Amino acid sequence: MRRTFLIASAAAAVFAAMPALAQQKTVKIGFISTFSGPVAAMGNDMRNSFELALDHMGRKMGGLPVEVIYEDDTFKPEVGKQKTEKLIESDKVDFLTGYIWSNVLLASVKPALDSKTFLISANAGPHQLAGEGCSPYFFSTSWQNDQTPQAMGLYMNQKGVKTVFLIGPNYAAGKDMLAGVAATFKGKVIGQELTKWPDQLDFSAELAKAKDAKPDAIFVFYPGAAGAQFLNQYSQSGLKGQIPLYTAFTIDELTLPRQKDTALGVPGAQQWVNDLPNETNKKFVSDYRKKHPGLSPTFYGAQSYDAANLIASAVAATKGNLSDKAAVQKAMEKADFKSVRGNFKYGNNHFPIQNFYLQEAVKDQEGNYALKTVATIVENDQDRFHDKCPMK
Amino acid sequence: MTLFIEQCLNGLQFGLLLFLLAAGLTLVFGIMDLVNLAHGSLYMLGAYFAATFAAWTGSFVFAAVLALAATLVVGMAVEIIAMRRLYGRDHLDHVLATFGLILFFDELVRLIWGPSGMSLPLPSWLNTSVRVLPGIDYSAYKLSIIIVSLAVAVFLYFLVMRTRIGMLIRAGASNREMVGALGVNIKLLFTLVFGLGAALAGLAGLMQAPILTVQIGMGENILILAFVITVIGGIGSIRGAFVAAILVGLIDTLGRAYFTDLLRLAFTKETAATAAPALSSMLIYLLMAIVLVIKPEGLFSASGK
Amino acid sequence: MSGWLSPRNIVTVTLLLALVLLPVYVELTGSRFLLTLFTRIIILAMAAVSLNLILGYGGMMSFGHAAYLGIGGYAVGMLAFEGVSSGFVQWPVALLVSALFALLIGALSLRTRGVYFIMITLAFAQMTYYIVAGLARYGGDDGLTIQDRSKFFAPVNLSNKMQFYYICLTLLFASIYLVWRIVNSRFGMVIQGARSNDTRMRAIGFPTYRYKLTCFVIAGTLCGLAGALLANHTDFVSPAMMYWTRSGDLIIMVVLGGMGSIFGPLFGAVALLILEEVLSGITEYWQIILGPLLLLVVLFGRGGIDGLLGKVRHG
Repeated sequence: MRRTFLIASAAAAVFAAMPALAQQKTVKIGFISTFSGPVAAMGNDMRNSFELALDHMGRKMGGLPVEVIYEDDTFKPEVGKQKTEKLIESDKVDFLTGYIWSNVLLASVKPALDSKTFLISANAGPHQLAGEGCSPYFFSTSWQNDQTPQAMGLYMNQKGVKTVFLIGPNYAAGKDMLAGVAATFKGKVIGQELTKWPDQLDFSAELAKAKDAKPDAIFVFYPGAAGAQFLNQYSQSGLKGQIPLYTAFTIDELTLPRQKDTALGVPGAQQWVNDLPNETNKKFVSDYRKKHPGLSPTFYGAQSYDAANLIASAVAATKGNLSDKAAVQKAMEKADFKSVRGNFKYGNNHFPIQNFYLQEAVKDQEGNYALKTVATIVENDQDRFHDKCPMK
Repeated sequence: MTLFIEQCLNGLQFGLLLFLLAAGLTLVFGIMDLVNLAHGSLYMLGAYFAATFAAWTGSFVFAAVLALAATLVVGMAVEIIAMRRLYGRDHLDHVLATFGLILFFDELVRLIWGPSGMSLPLPSWLNTSVRVLPGIDYSAYKLSIIIVSLAVAVFLYFLVMRTRIGMLIRAGASNREMVGALGVNIKLLFTLVFGLGAALAGLAGLMQAPILTVQIGMGENILILAFVITVIGGIGSIRGAFVAAILVGLIDTLGRAYFTDLLRLAFTKETAATAAPALSSMLIYLLMAIVLVIKPEGLFSASGK
Repeated sequence: MSGWLSPRNIVTVTLLLALVLLPVYVELTGSRFLLTLFTRIIILAMAAVSLNLILGYGGMMSFGHAAYLGIGGYAVGMLAFEGVSSGFVQWPVALLVSALFALLIGALSLRTRGVYFIMITLAFAQMTYYIVAGLARYGGDDGLTIQDRSKFFAPVNLSNKMQFYYICLTLLFASIYLVWRIVNSRFGMVIQGARSNDTRMRAIGFPTYRYKLTCFVIAGTLCGLAGALLANHTDFVSPAMMYWTRSGDLIIMVVLGGMGSIFGPLFGAVALLILEEVLSGITEYWQIILGPLLLLVVLFGRGGIDGLLGKVRHG
């Protein structure tokens, strides 16, 4: 009698524990970006692109339905962190993605990694996470912050620029960007100004200092609305035509309509441009334009589209068994999906090894502005921090 | 040297913008004894109205005039609906109630205009530079801000010093009860003064819009500075607000510009860049603390002379 | 005085019991998020309790109280960054620095009255904010991640959420008890007397400035402790913790709950933060309700929640 009872209770206990071992019912993804304030357009671009990717895959990953929860970091690190924790603890997501801002990402990464939740950054790439802070659970579908400005530095060398004046915002990514240019630029950095971020939108003081220093060129990094402001003030200050401007992440499909003529002739470096000739990209860009008339996707969106596909590839490869973290990690490291930038491999620190292109703004006869690929600056570029990462 | 002059002009322009904001605040504070935290919301509304009207009409100046009128109307409406019930109450009640108004307006704007903010493009005839002095090209738009703000300052001076309404305002600032006892329609006076303050705030908001920003919450950051200026200048004193605002504008701009260079002599660029804006902001608060300790009524106090 | 079964007592006891039993509920249902939420509520309630001492009982309208949250938090954060993770060093330093700041700020601010006092406490809080935001080494505006929580003796492990919750709850109860003792002592009588009529108290012979300053320092220190707890709770500190609008949030909690009442700040913290959670789940635009609600409370709901629960008011 007692033995039957014991066996029965053991069986009951096993059945009670079953849900933990059972297969996933859905794939839950938490998406953190900025959906309010002047940079909401970037967050919307990422959301639109992520949704488009889900549409393209029939809203199923590895046969499982997908649920996405979007949260707004309101452009603040502590809010991004709070929302990340909520997604992990309350919504119990399987993956986290999004993250435009490096400071928001750095604040949010600890709860994710502590809880072994995979975090795929679709934009921010602070050097801390590429070097000693790398983690098996962190992946990037964008770039490491320094890579893009490094490419610009190489391009400036090609153009024979001897002296440069650097201007950027004083936060994690801004510092990375300016350091990136300095890393590859062979000439002399004759001045550097870091501005207060995100409040300072008046760059007259910095432009005045740049003018004073008389450099061959000015390099600038100002994402989002600040980019539009900077270019306007650059031309208002009379520098346009006098001192050439080189940029990273300052001119994109969202800011170009506001920058208009001020963006013409200003080169930028990017790992993705909307006219890259591969099939996946053509479909992405044209379907995006169809679904959102009047809009074109930016690199933020392109990276989010890739993030969706990266996650899908991992879910499919592990047949939905997401509790086997090691298997998920291995699957993701393969980057076995078609990226809109053309296929790439992952470095040991889970950052892409990829090409960087030169993009320029052009105006056609009807007065429409567009960004075009002008040249390839560097191929299969890997970030310079991967040696410091202890992972093999 | 040219850099210094340009920075001074920037500081002057910023200071004058702050003056517009602080003038309204100090008037309301001085005459109605009302602490209005929602003053920043009126500043925000001015900018949003201007951006909207500019998109509709295509004319910057027309939009500005319409926006001013709209902000004036909203200001007076707010006074009649909400502020009236707060007169005579504890300052803490004012603080709380108007804090609630800030939350309300922020959300209202988000509901009506969406979360992204707006942009107000510069009219092309102002989008150039002007040769102010040999070797100094200054933005024409910023110059026009300086000119308009100075004109408003002069207008306020005449209004307060040379007209009957101005006399009532000054009297109300020194002794409210007496003015009411003398048979003046105090209710109407209060509504007009509040409306005037709102219009000034709206003007500041719409003027900075093309060069700075039109977004939700833009009032909160600048409100503190406006209050500091009000306190330094002396509550109820427009002259005090003017002097204090120019002072604060110059300290903030010159501080940010030159502290960075000063600190660079001793620290890394990054440390200097992080510390400099912080130091110049601190300097402003330090100034207020010093003024309060030495002259608690402010530099040019209106009451109790 | 109303009887034992007054609405206020029933609600208070129910709330206290609920708080004590919460972790048990969480264990049974597995909703870990509730534990995180309520830990935060308790820590902020502690900050509100400290503010109530000077605002509700002392009549000192400090608009810079959130500065102490930041000071206590950064004391822990900075020490942790420099490799000092022992709670036995971090927490006393947090308390000491908060006390010193409160002493300095109070000594200067208490020379002023009314709206000037509000402005000057605000100014000092902003100065603290800017000092911290200006420290590049500790992250500036980006904030500072705390890798490990404060370490104490072996069985105590702050990373254990349930343990941490009970530690915070104990400290909250201790703060409420401390405030109760202060308020009902002779010292407390002087403070409350000074709130209603400072001149009279001085005429009687009490050096009210000294009393107020002491009160101010106690409140600041207590809030600094809350800051140290907050830093441990979020594993992260940033200057935003002490921006002036945060001080506004604390004032709202105190007023909503009922100024000058013992459990008022606790009611206020619970009400405000739960309201935030619930409303933001319903609509994105919840603040549009909160704004006018505050206005109504100010205009009509004298005494806040505590006032609603019972007609008897303290002070």
